[in-house]
Amino acid sequence: MSEIGADLQLQTLSPRQLVWIRFKRHKLAMASAMLLIVMYSVAAFCEFISPYDTDWRNVQAINAPPMEIHFFETDGTFHLRPFVYGVDMQVDAETWVRNYTENPQKRYPIYFFTGGVRYQLWNLLDSDVHLFGTGPHGYIHLFGTDQLGRDLFSRVLYGARVSLSIGVVGVFLTLFLGILLGGLAGYVGGLVDRVVQRAIEVLQSLPALPLWMALSAALPVSWSSLGVYFGITIILSLLGWPALARQVRGKFLALREEDFVMSAHLLGASKLRVIFKHMLPSFNSHLIATATLAVPGMILGETALSFLGIGLRPPVVSWGVLMQQAQNYQAIVLTPWLLIPGFFVVLTVMAFNLLGDGVRDAVDPYSAAGRD
Amino acid sequence: MKAYIAKRLLGAIPTLILISIIVFIVIQLPPGDIVTSTLDRMQAQGVEMSSEAIQNLRAQYNLDQPLPLQYLSWITNFVMGDMGYSYLFNQPVNELVGERLGYTLLITVSAMLFTWAVAIPAGVYSAVRQYSVGDYVITTVMLVGLATPSFLLALIIMYFGYEWLGISIGGLFSPEYRDAPWSLARVGDFLSHLWIPMVVVGLGGTASTMRILRANLLDELNKPYVVTARAKGVKPLALLIKYPLRIAINPFISTIGLLLPTLISGEAIVSIVLNLPTTGPALVEALISQDMYLAGSFLMLLSILTIVGMILSDLLLAWADPRIRYE
Repeated sequence: MSEIGADLQLQTLSPRQLVWIRFKRHKLAMASAMLLIVMYSVAAFCEFISPYDTDWRNVQAINAPPMEIHFFETDGTFHLRPFVYGVDMQVDAETWVRNYTENPQKRYPIYFFTGGVRYQLWNLLDSDVHLFGTGPHGYIHLFGTDQLGRDLFSRVLYGARVSLSIGVVGVFLTLFLGILLGGLAGYVGGLVDRVVQRAIEVLQSLPALPLWMALSAALPVSWSSLGVYFGITIILSLLGWPALARQVRGKFLALREEDFVMSAHLLGASKLRVIFKHMLPSFNSHLIATATLAVPGMILGETALSFLGIGLRPPVVSWGVLMQQAQNYQAIVLTPWLLIPGFFVVLTVMAFNLLGDGVRDAVDPYSAAGRD
Repeated sequence: MKAYIAKRLLGAIPTLILISIIVFIVIQLPPGDIVTSTLDRMQAQGVEMSSEAIQNLRAQYNLDQPLPLQYLSWITNFVMGDMGYSYLFNQPVNELVGERLGYTLLITVSAMLFTWAVAIPAGVYSAVRQYSVGDYVITTVMLVGLATPSFLLALIIMYFGYEWLGISIGGLFSPEYRDAPWSLARVGDFLSHLWIPMVVVGLGGTASTMRILRANLLDELNKPYVVTARAKGVKPLALLIKYPLRIAINPFISTIGLLLPTLISGEAIVSIVLNLPTTGPALVEALISQDMYLAGSFLMLLSILTIVGMILSDLLLAWADPRIRYE
């Protein structure tokens, strides 16, 4: 008896465990999830991980290309401690272009947990310890520098904080609007439903980017960086909610007729209780999948607006703001490394898309079976 | 079918009215208006205007009237074909818009054709040869394409155009043809410039379109009628084109309507990067300098373009799928 009991015990899995098992099978989604965890952690601790801060200028290396990490010197000597070579600058007499060459005489070993620019982590911890650096005598620019000699690697890490968070904050806002309006339309029906549906139709037929541009151009110049940040987030969500609302509405329409909803009503549950306690939980896993798939749109939107110069503005650093420097032809041809922030955008968006696909397949066994 | 067309066209009218209201509100949002920015400019030049002159100026732009009346006069003129005056370019908006909108339309339509030319064969291949090396390659490329902002793609193409081919990419004409009258040589020059925005804008929509087609086709390919036809000896290619593909392409038509807003958005930003004389760059300029008539006209026209495209895609779908007509 007890053996059979143990067997049965083993085979009981909660829906949550089933979802987790299905999700784990999706290798790409798992890898994406890990990548995103790493990226968000780096963004959270960017002051510590980056060797410099966003404003630190190296006048010896203006528009310098990315530096290579070496273990061997030019004569073949091996060093266990990695190092970079300092650069020498010559100005081309004809084109006035700065050219940089590595100087084997200037060898800067990379030290870990070394002192550098002072910072305050989350306004709490005052420190000057950085994950890596070359100490006071050298410099290290893994992604090169911009025309003011600022370290692009550090700026990309700081930019990650803004670019990655705006996607998540924006999606929360979108979720809120989508659930509220979609839920109202599906649950109340009648006139409310017609109004919301019309709004969805109109908003979905507008080309998003021109409207985003118009709205963000309307943000007052006098606003603080934080104000602009939330302004942009709200603008992105304003055009993002219809897709979600449509889905929520459909679900509510279907669920309204279900027996368990009827029973809850008959037992005297209030409308709000029925919505939040009984109806929403039955499809919140779908909402998570949709929300994950909505993050990339937000990130791409912010990047595009900031790139055009009507989104976030310096001194705020986001990936889009960084790309702004690569807007003219000359910059791309002479300093192509300024495009590096763009590849982080691509990486993040790809990871979110794959993660979203994985989550959707995991929570909805019927959608997945056999295809992607 | 006629009744369906009429219904669809009439249904678009309230949508357009709502959109015009939204556009009007949006262009009213920035603080200040055309008169205050004119005054700022004149003050910067040291010219003082009497309050009477200011009043006259406000009256000239209808700014002394309440907002609903301003809206009414704006939209009436718009419908009558008078889009107002752009003080930014010192030209009537009508003259400014025509050519730019034409190029926008041209780039968008050619981008859409490019999207199909790539997405349909790629989608069919990766569905028919599911889990083959080719399928994985196509799916991976599309995945990257889906994640790449179109302006980044434009920048990368600019970089490689210079590095590999030694040419500077941008604009729609070479300098010698920019102001030349239309001729065969100018058309040729134009076409040699057109393909870059076409590819860059088109790739943005390719990934999603291909995924939809692939999923649709995979559903069809596993159905018994396909197996039956195979068993009876119908040639694979003939079978594919005649039955499953025709069914799989139906839901695909309805995505045209959703593809258009994406393409128009993409066109706007790519034109800014590549410095093309289309609506995108002018819209940004107009928005930044609060040239209300110009910005409003562009927003309205782009929205109308989208809606017309959606109606066309609905009609196409109704023509292709009788079930929709009789609903």
